[in-house]
Amino acid sequence: MAIRTLFTRKTLTSILRNDPNPIVAGIAASTQSRDLHVFTLPDLAYDYGALEPVISGEIMQLHHQKHHQTYVTNYNKALEQLHDAVGKADSSTTVKLQNAIKFNGGGHINHSIFWKNLAPVREGGGEPPRDSLGWAIDTHFGSLEALIQKINAEGAALQGSGWVWLGLDKELKRLVVETTANQDPLVTKGPSLVPLLGIDVWEHAYYLQYKNVRPDYLKNIWKVINWKYASEVYEKESS
Amino acid sequence: MKLLSLSTPDSTTCYLSSSAFLPSHSNGFQNLASTFKFSNNQARCIRKAGATKVTAKFELKPPPYPLNALEPIMSQETFEYHWGKHHRAYVDNLNKQIEGTDLDGKSLEETIVIAYNNGDILPAFNNAAQVWNHDFFWESMKPGGGGKPSGELLKLIERDFGSFEKFVDQFKLAASTQFGSGWAWLAYKENRLDVGNAVNPLATDEDKKLVILKSPNAVNPLVWSHHHPLLTIDVLEHAYYLDYQNRRPDYISVFMNKLVSWEAVSSRLEQAKAVIAEREREEERKRREEEEKSTTSEATPTPEIFADSDTD
Repeated sequence: MAIRTLFTRKTLTSILRNDPNPIVAGIAASTQSRDLHVFTLPDLAYDYGALEPVISGEIMQLHHQKHHQTYVTNYNKALEQLHDAVGKADSSTTVKLQNAIKFNGGGHINHSIFWKNLAPVREGGGEPPRDSLGWAIDTHFGSLEALIQKINAEGAALQGSGWVWLGLDKELKRLVVETTANQDPLVTKGPSLVPLLGIDVWEHAYYLQYKNVRPDYLKNIWKVINWKYASEVYEKESS
Repeated sequence: MKLLSLSTPDSTTCYLSSSAFLPSHSNGFQNLASTFKFSNNQARCIRKAGATKVTAKFELKPPPYPLNALEPIMSQETFEYHWGKHHRAYVDNLNKQIEGTDLDGKSLEETIVIAYNNGDILPAFNNAAQVWNHDFFWESMKPGGGGKPSGELLKLIERDFGSFEKFVDQFKLAASTQFGSGWAWLAYKENRLDVGNAVNPLATDEDKKLVILKSPNAVNPLVWSHHHPLLTIDVLEHAYYLDYQNRRPDYISVFMNKLVSWEAVSSRLEQAKAVIAEREREEERKRREEEEKSTTSEATPTPEIFADSDTD
């Protein structure tokens, strides 16, 4: 029985390798030789202390150098294990790795956006959007103030750890406010959702400074929100 | 378990119970349906003159040691926030949430099970379960804790995990891989199914075993049938962030090495076994009663009895 299985697999591989269809042959070759992309921690466009007093330099440093770095490290590790498992046709391990990939890959995606969502006041942090995104916010939520209130309320009510998002639904062409649990990226709430702005409401994002008072963190963070970045994504994705 | 009974003239009875290691009747909630008295260590009955409704208010119970007793492993500052702010907020918000609702007057354990609503969670669940979890967590630790358990608990740990060291490794792994906020647990699990007639015909004490579990956010083993929680560690970031920042594995290690009150865990195991034994006796008594009834009726057999026999 074992010999027959081996034989069949070998035959199948050799058939695939020699397949005149280049796509099929390509798939067979790629599982063997493709180099694995290694993700790295992105740099911040500002100093750790540049968002003070809204977010302390200590929080920013730990958040970026330790937390985000750990997501990147564990994401790479999980992807390597996935690569091995797929190569060995080990479906059980392949499926088992999905949680670690979602958590650590999500952590990397979310934090990479978050850093761009923030900017020091002297570099335009907190300046309200006065372009097409500003118009869209007024249309969908009444005003920027109303949107901020909605995001703050949803962020404060989120139980445990997670994120609160302003997203663009590309299909319905409208803005949405959503929350995601843990490190789930916004796309887990719908394939047509694009994140414009994500606020981290994990305790590690604010605890050293705001302790148990998450609403104060949410109230203050708007002073360093980089609306310019959100507007750029909105322009690009809605055109 | 000390019971202090407060009786009011119209015979409404409230109990203030206190136990060294259980927030309340952690294992007794299965039996609560049979009684409409509520018993809870945190419940206080307030009867306003002329009012017909009893309002039970949960109270913030202090840890069984001073707030600085676990220094430097768990700082007083951590306790001032974790107990003084977070735990208090769960209590205050729960009281606000249940006031005037059907949950008003229920015990904490009943509230948790009802609000869990078989997984379709109702708003009061998070606060109710977090109140219970934190009480249970404070009582899972003691100054000068850690080390190794002894007696029956150690025997069961060795039987079910191979060795104490293997148990520690598994418990640490569960606590460090709870993605996001939540808790890791050691629980005593009965081998039972939630189907009335699904009875293990050869059940022995060997079928009951220790298990390690992890749960997200506020979820705890009370919502899973036949799990008796024995030990927990809080892995919400606020539990360790002021003392250990991002180093959750360090916090988990030091909790196991220096904080766990194995005395509390043993005592909970003993209580769980007593609750189970009492229920089993009760079930056995009912079974006998029914057997006696059916023996009596067998004297005049009816054809229906053989309706599903394999004679065809």
